[in-house]
Amino acid sequence: MTIFDDKRRPHDDEVVAKLNRIALELRRNILIMTTKAGSGHPGGSLSSADIVTALYFHHLRHDPENPKWEDRDRFVLSKGHGCPALYAALAESGYFPEDTLWTLRKMGSILQGHPDMNKTPGVEASTGNLGQGLSVALGIALAGRIDRKKYRVFALLGDGEIDEGQIWEAAMAAAHYKVDNLTAILDLNGIQLDGLTKDIMSLEPVADKWRAFGWHVIEIDGHNMREILDALDRAEHVKYMPAIVIAHTVKGKGVSFMEGQVKFHGTALTEEQLVKALEELKLEAEN
Amino acid sequence: MIRKAATREAYGEALVELGRVDNRIVVLDADLSTSTRTILFAKEFPDRFFNFGIAEANMMCVAAGLASCGKVVFASTFAVFASGRAYNQFRTSIAYPQLNVKVVATHGGISVGEDGVTHQCVEDIAMMRALPHTNVIVPADGIETKEAVKAIIEWPGPVYMRLSRPATPLIYEEGYKLNGRPLRYKVGDAVKLMEGKDVTIVATGIMVSEALTAAASLEKEGISAAIMNVHTIKPLDESAIVKTAKETGAVVTAEEHSILGGLGGAVAEVLVENAQVPMIRVGIRDAFGESGTTSELLMKYGLTAPDIIEASKRAIKMKK
Repeated sequence: MTIFDDKRRPHDDEVVAKLNRIALELRRNILIMTTKAGSGHPGGSLSSADIVTALYFHHLRHDPENPKWEDRDRFVLSKGHGCPALYAALAESGYFPEDTLWTLRKMGSILQGHPDMNKTPGVEASTGNLGQGLSVALGIALAGRIDRKKYRVFALLGDGEIDEGQIWEAAMAAAHYKVDNLTAILDLNGIQLDGLTKDIMSLEPVADKWRAFGWHVIEIDGHNMREILDALDRAEHVKYMPAIVIAHTVKGKGVSFMEGQVKFHGTALTEEQLVKALEELKLEAEN
Repeated sequence: MIRKAATREAYGEALVELGRVDNRIVVLDADLSTSTRTILFAKEFPDRFFNFGIAEANMMCVAAGLASCGKVVFASTFAVFASGRAYNQFRTSIAYPQLNVKVVATHGGISVGEDGVTHQCVEDIAMMRALPHTNVIVPADGIETKEAVKAIIEWPGPVYMRLSRPATPLIYEEGYKLNGRPLRYKVGDAVKLMEGKDVTIVATGIMVSEALTAAASLEKEGISAAIMNVHTIKPLDESAIVKTAKETGAVVTAEEHSILGGLGGAVAEVLVENAQVPMIRVGIRDAFGESGTTSELLMKYGLTAPDIIEASKRAIKMKK
């Protein structure tokens, strides 16, 4: 058995350093797999890499050898296009070999362009049409309530994604049903496909919107590992209402020439760019 | 006197009966539980019923999440919302991952009546049957509805079931019998209600009872019509349809739906590849409905026994 169950470990320097190392490894693999695929969404995968790391390697209780374990915590990647980060985490946890990552988006691969719950072990919901994953996560949370299960459900949302009206339908419903086994995390990287979110569709005041919909809001720096870990714990202690962690992030985080760049929302690096990017990540790992 | 019942009422009653013996069943609605009759389940099983307000998109995806945890989920609203309003949600979150969600849509067709076009639905069968992994069921009466609800619980995967608002004539006898003969409901099996040799009337939903009326009139004129109730439009009972088409040499389809892409479309697809016999579609001729009483609308839009009679004669005349 290889159950990941580290949630109760204190967030000391050793834990944080270990998770930061893993996050760098995920970033590396995100970039390699999207370049090998020749397409994909590296920018939003990098912005969520630290959050995904904190979940899969510390906070979630899950078992890669038994992906359908009934009592596992569930993670729904509502922003399905960010799947390179999820795939990298699943491979690193042992759901499938690392080599599988290099088949991303290729014919016959278990790693589809957007997550497919039937093809990929560890994927909890088929997502990719934005706005739906929070509702799916709410359904999983309600099933846990009916069955008196202790598992928790996590949904990672993109900031462009919350343009979708359905997100707010789900937000209303989760608060109405006082769902407290669900934590949403908003990857607030400020960029969507066509440009900056503030230019395409204004979200602010985003925290107030969630509060007005009946959610407990926790705002953090989405690249500070200790803050992420603390926030996930705090969200769990909120009772009789859902909680959202609003994570301020940087699109393309970790690679200087990708950070804050709209074009890397949906464009993979060229081979040359990849070499440069991997060098940067290597330097970061050595520091 | 004709015995009548609304298929939606039968659905509400069936949910309660089945909810008592199967605790996997969870029922969802979007502020129409009084109309869809899921309110009957809500009253008896409040812990397994969720009303999501007027938010169908959210309801469909919550259904997906519940189903992914082993629940048998029934999600109900009017057909126009269940299909068109939340189509992409059904497609991506339910049909694609083949989750065990039964979308039971009431108020199908134009028999909805006075509410008019916004609450009628003439296109749902075409839309839903185009989706992979999606089964489409349209019961002919209240008794068949109960059998269908029971059957789809044991039928894994996505189902779209279409029901009607008004009380319509009962075709079967209590316990799913026909002229005293007990039948067994099976998803995907067409039911031959009458044998005949000149033409086959292939009907679904409330048009089955019109087809029976039509056949009785045709018989008086010396025309022998076979009647086939296609309660499952997908998967379609292709072999039964091909067989009866070859036996009678002419086919009429009858549905309370657009002639584009529904039962008529599905039967035409099968016949053109397997048995090219003359075929006429009775259905709504590429139009929206309007406000009116059920019977006025069915008459105006060509969904009555006389329309089937006329179509049958034309189909027979087209035989070589």
